[in-house]
Amino acid sequence: MSDETVNATPVDQAYEAKAWPLPGKRVLLARDEPLRLDSGFRLHDIHVAYETWGELNADKSNAILICHALTGDHYVVGPHPVTGKPGWWEQIVGPGKVIDTDRYFVVCSNILGGCMGTTGPQDVNPDTGRPWGLEFPVITIGDMVRTQRLLIDHLEIDTLFAVVGGSMGGMQVLEWAAMYPERVFCAVPIATASYHSAQNIAFHEVGRQAIMADPDWCGGDYHAHGKRPHRGLAVARMAAHITYLSEPALTRKFGRNLQDRDAVSYGFDADFQVESYLRHQGSTFVDRFDANSYLYITRAMDYFDLSERHGGQLANTFKKTPVRFLVMSFTSDWLYPTRENREIVHALNAGAANVSFVEIDSDKGHDAFLLDEPEFHKVFEGFLEGCAEHRGLKRKRP
Amino acid sequence: MMMTPDNPKAIRVDLQLIADMIEPGTRVLDVGCGNGTLLDYLWHFKQVDGRGIEISTQGVQACVSAGLSVVQGDVERDLKNYPDDAFDYVILSQTLQAMWEPRDVMTEMMRIGKRGIVSLPNFGYWRLRLYLMFHGRMPVSENLPYQWYNTPNIHFCTIRDFVALVKDMGLTIERSLFLDDTGTSRTIGTSVGLANWFGEQGVFLLRK
Repeated sequence: MSDETVNATPVDQAYEAKAWPLPGKRVLLARDEPLRLDSGFRLHDIHVAYETWGELNADKSNAILICHALTGDHYVVGPHPVTGKPGWWEQIVGPGKVIDTDRYFVVCSNILGGCMGTTGPQDVNPDTGRPWGLEFPVITIGDMVRTQRLLIDHLEIDTLFAVVGGSMGGMQVLEWAAMYPERVFCAVPIATASYHSAQNIAFHEVGRQAIMADPDWCGGDYHAHGKRPHRGLAVARMAAHITYLSEPALTRKFGRNLQDRDAVSYGFDADFQVESYLRHQGSTFVDRFDANSYLYITRAMDYFDLSERHGGQLANTFKKTPVRFLVMSFTSDWLYPTRENREIVHALNAGAANVSFVEIDSDKGHDAFLLDEPEFHKVFEGFLEGCAEHRGLKRKRP
Repeated sequence: MMMTPDNPKAIRVDLQLIADMIEPGTRVLDVGCGNGTLLDYLWHFKQVDGRGIEISTQGVQACVSAGLSVVQGDVERDLKNYPDDAFDYVILSQTLQAMWEPRDVMTEMMRIGKRGIVSLPNFGYWRLRLYLMFHGRMPVSENLPYQWYNTPNIHFCTIRDFVALVKDMGLTIERSLFLDDTGTSRTIGTSVGLANWFGEQGVFLLRK
């Protein structure tokens, strides 16, 4: 664990060295016809960076789309090209794992507004030749899903066997099922909600204000000034990271333990391990994430309210949906608590949908969906197995 | 626990009786579905579109892991979320006696389902009557293995009690069976008195 402080100017070699192309695939979409965003803006020439694993079968019925969370990307497995760390869903995706790449064709793309290859505010606006910055249109979860649909069209897949994802990934899963029910066989929204709560909007606002209060943010135009609001972005990450954990998890991991010292310093160094940990989280995050992307994506999450298009009735969103759902929540997740996941289930029940729901017992907080949780994996795998049977896919090799 | 048509597994006699009441290819909700034995059987042998509700984490995990569509939830809180006539059959298998408000659950069952199927232990069964009479203590048996202080069965009734409730609610009994201690099923029909003495369990197919 590093003891870097956020007050020191972080060295940003990794980000600076991130000259495109990063590994993985990238395609230019919406060339002939622009994508109409929820805001009304027409966005054209959208780059989408993505990665695939496994092979698409002859009748194209074994494709699984993974939707990533706020600070995730399409590097689901394998070492991350910027950080060198293992992929964020290494636990779930791979040969013989829950999402078995020997069996399924797995796709994950960087979201619209992201900063790992898909068009976002750090990219050059093709109409002006200058970085978008804050002129980038405000996007929504629906816009992210529309962009993914362009990619799935490009891959010539009619019906996805499954769309899966946790947290903001789960919101995209719900949007997929709501917007394109005929193109999704089963959907697995995990640790998510059908709308962003006041508390979650509040936490995001703290993060955004931290970024915007950093003088290096330069009103969003930091690229032109050769600067990066690293301090603000690090603080945003620190605040957000707390919400991904739980009080028991923090206590178990750190307690009141001191960092590399026997006694408190009577100063403002990172005396406590938990402080050091958070500072580390903040300082490493800025190496791989763009501050304006963070503003845009958190905004998209805040705007998310699936029932809005249906007169505030979530049940109407999913009325007579053919999609099979598995909703999962975690007992200690206070960011997207079981209650909010259950609201999705109730709406699906009201629409007489085919839905399963399990609350997984875990003390690891919201991040449990990224971690080694055997019960979670077992249920997830069993559900996919059952759906594969209904879909007529071959059974798993023994 | 997954069973396949080429690997049939015997299920409990009362579950078999319920399964026999269900037309193939229908929509079924099993309320309090446990580890999904009945739903699994119905999917494989009756091709039903089955759903379940179960409160225990282990039960739900077993069901979903086996590919069944089951929601973890509290029956008495969650049934209200389902629309009217959403299912051809709603099943309460050995569940009603564990509810706080059995009558309300029955009302919801008949609202959600075109038909309801209820199986329950009969507290009027002669062995239980004798147990209480001679021991002076709450009956404990193979089917009812709990002590009074740890039993989940908080609302026991007899077959006669249940028939009276059904009548009071204005429901029609389409079929009714009781299971005796040899595991043989017999039609209750008009012989409620006989069933009430010799039935260990009763199974009822109800409609509005």
